[in-house]
Amino acid sequence: MLDIIDILVSAGFWAATLRIVSPLILGTLGELICERAGVLNLGIEGIMTMGAMCGWMWVYMGGDLWSGVLFAAFVGALFGLLHSGFTVYLGLSQHVTGIGITLFASSLSYYVFRMLLPDATTPPKIIPFQPYKIPFLSDIPIVGEALFSQTPLTYLALSLVPAVWYVLYKTPVGLAVRMAGENPMAVEAQGINVLSIRTGAVMVGSAFMAVGGAFITMSAFDAFYFGMINGRGWICVALVIFASWRPGKALIGALLFAGLDALQVRAQQMAGAIIPYQFFLMLPYILSIVAMVIMARRASYPQALLTPFRRGERT
Amino acid sequence: MQIELREQIAPWRIALAPVAAVAASLLLGSILILWVGAPVGEAYLLLVKGALGSSFALTETFTRSIPLIFTGLAAAIAFRARFYNIGAEGQLYCGALAATFFGTGLITLPPLLMIPFLMLVGALAGGAALAVPVLLKTHLKVDEVVTTLLLNFVILLFVGYLLEGPWKDPMSMGWPQSESIIDEGVFPKLVDKSRLHFGLLFAVIGSVLCWTMMRFTVWGYEIRAVGHNPSAARFAGINVNTTVIRTALISGGFAGLAGVSEVAGLKGYLTLDISPGFGYTGIAVAMLAQLHPMAVILSALFISMIYVGADSMSRAVNIPTYIADVLVGLSVLSILVSVMLTRYRLRWR
Repeated sequence: MLDIIDILVSAGFWAATLRIVSPLILGTLGELICERAGVLNLGIEGIMTMGAMCGWMWVYMGGDLWSGVLFAAFVGALFGLLHSGFTVYLGLSQHVTGIGITLFASSLSYYVFRMLLPDATTPPKIIPFQPYKIPFLSDIPIVGEALFSQTPLTYLALSLVPAVWYVLYKTPVGLAVRMAGENPMAVEAQGINVLSIRTGAVMVGSAFMAVGGAFITMSAFDAFYFGMINGRGWICVALVIFASWRPGKALIGALLFAGLDALQVRAQQMAGAIIPYQFFLMLPYILSIVAMVIMARRASYPQALLTPFRRGERT
Repeated sequence: MQIELREQIAPWRIALAPVAAVAASLLLGSILILWVGAPVGEAYLLLVKGALGSSFALTETFTRSIPLIFTGLAAAIAFRARFYNIGAEGQLYCGALAATFFGTGLITLPPLLMIPFLMLVGALAGGAALAVPVLLKTHLKVDEVVTTLLLNFVILLFVGYLLEGPWKDPMSMGWPQSESIIDEGVFPKLVDKSRLHFGLLFAVIGSVLCWTMMRFTVWGYEIRAVGHNPSAARFAGINVNTTVIRTALISGGFAGLAGVSEVAGLKGYLTLDISPGFGYTGIAVAMLAQLHPMAVILSALFISMIYVGADSMSRAVNIPTYIADVLVGLSVLSILVSVMLTRYRLRWR
């Protein structure tokens, strides 16, 4: 028990938590934006893989880090456009389209990676984002080391939470996005094009997801591996439900989740001899299911989630 | 752009939809082949040759289609009831676990009983793996897509634990694999000197049974009714929850059978890589078959042809083998559009 307290007050634990939480925040916010506009995006797992590959490859081919992030976001938005073409304009099943996009995008990432680097046996590496110590603030003991000595992408992820909240709740665009997910007829009555609003939301959300993927290859690690997203996208979908579609709660949920994951890695080092490591690795997935079960009764889905909108047609 | 419902759905359009989808996928895939710098025509010819060109290739294609028929049926029946079971991968491994648990010496029966027994426990295990997600869905309204997806990872880790720990074969030279299935439980070969086994027959029987159930029984009617419109089904006196639970158990059962046939039919023992994503590919199989159980056989054969053929094609012209997965992903997307075009017409204004 004392060991656990030791871990909880160590800066290393909190720094690890923030490292784990960054891609989750980006993915969860991305999914949240899509679902708030009424579109479930199960392409998330594939789009994160795509973002991880594209951002990494851009840098490996000689680009700089920030333009790599932009490139990943751009490719993510393209896949968002594909998803909304199918689900928003053609009104096809959001479930099946999303699964199809995940299958397509992740296999395409592997294909392109193998095509450009056919003989790579040991994964080639790039120089990833380095931690940036924020002057003065990073000198605070523990908090400074944990919160203010992260890589720029982590700061970006954290600052996107209030940004998304502000846009969704305090701007006309955000209102239109939320209404498109609750009552598209009312949006149309205001003379706003539901299809464009939804498409825009899905593209922005998918760009977020891709940057979340890029974080993993460009900030957390320095190489691209096969299967490296490893279900993080699906965990983000669960986190959106846990957060009841609210950005603030999404941050809390993701932090809780990442904290438990960081704790799990440390517990594994202590109890690894007694409990096989696979059971520790199962925890994130089981926790996500438990989180969904806890929130299921209180979940207030966006009313028009999964319902395609066709102008001039009654629903 | 305007989308209009067609007055009537022509049967030839329905029959042509998968053909059009496949053609579109191959066309889009050819862009990727051109990008590598390989000749498209030759590459696809090599793919077909690699899958159908010799008797060995043919038996390999048939062998590969067996698990795909089972997982295809699992997806087809579940999607009919709008229960999105994306967990066939995990259920497959549960079936494989059950076959390994009972088949490696725990119970010995004559082959005529042993093989059906292994299939029964495998199907039950596959169904059991889906019990938690379906009960969460019917009783707590927890979305089944995410729970079934996440359980895949949990189950795979559990199999890894068993194979590296208590179930590891001490004679396996350190490889994480189980002991062998006893001779009585191993499926006989369908063709001598090949890997093709009786699982193909079982898979075809499974498709026929599934089709008969969907077409001629009350259960099948209820499944279709719930899939079309749950509120109308409830109004007509169908117990929607019972139907969804029953469908899920049957779906998980089929996925479990895929695991049994890979362990007892193909490999003879359990490893962590018995399935290179058959559970996910099953979704593509079911979609290409437009969720029709008999058509699942054809679409499984087609997709298995792509996988087997892509292996030899990629060796010959240096195209990454992932081209097969890309084509499968593309076909899921293109079949959605082509099926939609059988019911709707697009009008440009």
